[in-house]
Amino acid sequence: MIEGILIGLQTALSLKNLMMVMVGCFAGTIIGMLPGLGPMTAIALMIPITYGFEPSTGLILMAGVYYGAVFGGSTSSILINAPGIPGTVATSFDGYPMAQQGKAGKALAIAAYSSFAGGTIAAIFLLIAAPSLSKVSLAFRSPDYFGLMILGLTAVSAFSAKGHFLKAMMMVVLGLMLASVGQDTLSDIPRFTFQNMNLSDGISFVLVVMATFAMSEALTIIFKANDPTRVAKQISLSQLGSIKLDKEETKKMVTTIPRSSVLGFIIGVLPGAGSTIASFLAYGMERNFVKDEEKQKFGKGSVNGLAAPETANNAACSGSFVPLLTLGIPGSGTTAVMLGALLGFGIQPGPRLYQTNPEIFWSVIMSMYIGMVILLILNLPLIPYIARVLATPRTFLIPLILFFSVTGIYLMSFNNFDIYMMIGIAVVATILRLYDFPMPPLILAFVLGGLMEENLRRSLLISDGSWSFMYDRPLTLIIMLTILTIVAWQIYSGFFKKKS
Amino acid sequence: MKISPSKIISLLFFIFSGFYLYTAHQIQVFTFDENAAFNAKTFPIYLGYAGLIFSALYIILPETKPSNVDLTVLDYKKTITLVILMILYGLTILRVGYFLSTSIFLVLSYIVLGERKWLWIFFLSFPFVAIFMYLLHGLLNIYLRDPFLQLIGVMG
Repeated sequence: MIEGILIGLQTALSLKNLMMVMVGCFAGTIIGMLPGLGPMTAIALMIPITYGFEPSTGLILMAGVYYGAVFGGSTSSILINAPGIPGTVATSFDGYPMAQQGKAGKALAIAAYSSFAGGTIAAIFLLIAAPSLSKVSLAFRSPDYFGLMILGLTAVSAFSAKGHFLKAMMMVVLGLMLASVGQDTLSDIPRFTFQNMNLSDGISFVLVVMATFAMSEALTIIFKANDPTRVAKQISLSQLGSIKLDKEETKKMVTTIPRSSVLGFIIGVLPGAGSTIASFLAYGMERNFVKDEEKQKFGKGSVNGLAAPETANNAACSGSFVPLLTLGIPGSGTTAVMLGALLGFGIQPGPRLYQTNPEIFWSVIMSMYIGMVILLILNLPLIPYIARVLATPRTFLIPLILFFSVTGIYLMSFNNFDIYMMIGIAVVATILRLYDFPMPPLILAFVLGGLMEENLRRSLLISDGSWSFMYDRPLTLIIMLTILTIVAWQIYSGFFKKKS
Repeated sequence: MKISPSKIISLLFFIFSGFYLYTAHQIQVFTFDENAAFNAKTFPIYLGYAGLIFSALYIILPETKPSNVDLTVLDYKKTITLVILMILYGLTILRVGYFLSTSIFLVLSYIVLGERKWLWIFFLSFPFVAIFMYLLHGLLNIYLRDPFLQLIGVMG
C-alpha cells in the first residue's frame, strides 16, 4: 500500500496534475454557483476536455471539478438560499439564516473549513479502508436501503420546529407525491400525467428546489417587505461580517466535524445513498447531539447546523469513490458520469483496478486530498468578494434571483410549461412557508421518492408481498429500531418533556 | 368560530390527498401485474392514505404552536405584479428569445420594486444578460434559443 501511496503522490504532485486540480477546483466552483448546473453537469462538461489527457490527469481534473462544484453549490445555498444540487439543501438551513444575520463571510468560511476537514478525513479513510469497505457496501440490500430512506425522512422531525411535526410529515408526503409524477420506472406506465406530455418525464429536482427555496424566498421577502421584523433583517443583509471564527465557534466545529465526517463517509460508501442523505442525516444527528441551548439555534443560524451537513456532504463525495473504484458501481449520479469517463479511457473499475492500474487508483485518492487543500487556498481569500452578492440592494437582488431560477429551468428543458409549473409551485410554497409548513422535508422526500419506491418494490417482490422484510435481517432491524427510537424521542421531547 | 389558516391548508391537503388517492386507483397497470405484490399504483396508494392520515390528524388535534401572520402588512400588489411578470417572461422566453425577454423582465422587475437608478438598471439588464449568455453559450457551449438575436444576425 505504501508503494501505491508513493506512486499516487508522485503522479498527483506533478506540475501538470497540480495545475489540473487548480483549474478543476476553480472551474467547478464557478459552475457549481450557477443555478441548475451541479457537479454532474460540471463533470459532464469536462469529459470532452479530459479525453485529451492521460487517464490519471483526466480523472484528477474531474475530481477537482467535483469538489469545486459542491463548494460552489454551498455558496449559492448560503448567499441566496438557492441550492443547485440536493447535497447542499441542508447547508441552506443554517447557512442562509446566518447570512441574513450579517454573517455571510463567517458562514462561507465555516462551509469552506468544514468541507476541507470533511473531505480530508474522508480521503484518509479512503486511503486506509477502501478495499475492505467495498465488502461492507455490498452487504446492504434493498430492505436496508428502504430503511435508510425512511431514516432520512424521519430526520425531518429534526428540521421542523417544535409543534410543527405534523406539518413536516404533510410536506414529506407532498414531496413523495410530486416525485411519483411521470412514468413508472419499471413498467413505463404514466402516473398523474393527465395525458400531458410535459409531465411524462416527471418533475425535475432543480424545478422543485428552485421554486420552493430561491423563488419562494424571493417572493416572501417582497410579500413581507412592510413587516417591521423583516425590515430589520434586510438591514443586516447588507453586512458581510468577518470571516474569522472565534474560539467558541471553532470549538463547536471541532466536535461536529469528526462525527459528521464518519457518518458522511459511511453513507457515501453505500451505492445509491450519496451526499444528500449524508448531509440530511448529519444535520439530524447533530441536532440530537448538541445541548438544548444550541438545539434552539438550529434553523436560525447554528454553527453546528452549518458545519455538519457541509462536512458530511464532502465526506460522502470521497466515500462515493469507494464503490466506484473498488467495485465499478457508481454511488451517485456524479460518479456515474465519472464511470462513463473511466470506461471511455478504456479503464474498467473494479476489484482489480488497484492491481492493474495502481497509478490511477492511488493518484485519484491523493489528488482528492490535494484538491481539498487547493480548494481551501483558492476559496478563503475569495470569500469577502463572493459574499458581496448580499450587499446588492434588494431591488436588484430579488429580480436577479428570480432570473437565475427561471434560467436554471430554461437551461434544463427549454420549455414554457416547466417555467409555469415552477411559478405555480413557488406561489404555493410561499403561502405554505407563511404558515410555517417547512420546505426541507418536502425536498428530501422529493429526492428520495424514486429510490424509496424502487427499494420497496424490490423488497416486497423478494418477500412475496410480505412486510416481514422490515425485520428479517439484522441490519434492517437495526435501521428500523433506530427510526423507532428517533420517532419516540421526538414524541417524548415534543409532548411529555414540554408538559413536565 | 375562527378556523386557523393552517387548518384550512390541512383541509385542502386532505382533499388533495383524496383526489390523489382516487387518481392512484385509476392508474392502468398491465393485466399480468394486477395481482402482483407491487405494481405501478402500490406506492401512490400508500402515499394517498398517508396524506389523508397526516392532514386529518392536524385538523382533529389541537394546534400546539399556531402560526400568527399579520395579513395587513403583506405587500400583495408588488408580489402579484412580480408573479405576473414571471408568467409573461415564461410566455416570451421561447418566442422572443432569451436575451430580449430576460433583459425586459429584469428592467420591469427593478422598476416594480421601486428602483430608479437608471444607469444601474440598464447595466444589470442588457449588458449583464449579454455577458451571462456569452458564458453559457460561448464558453460552456450550452445552446440558448434566441430568435431575436438570430433575426438581427448576432447569433447563428
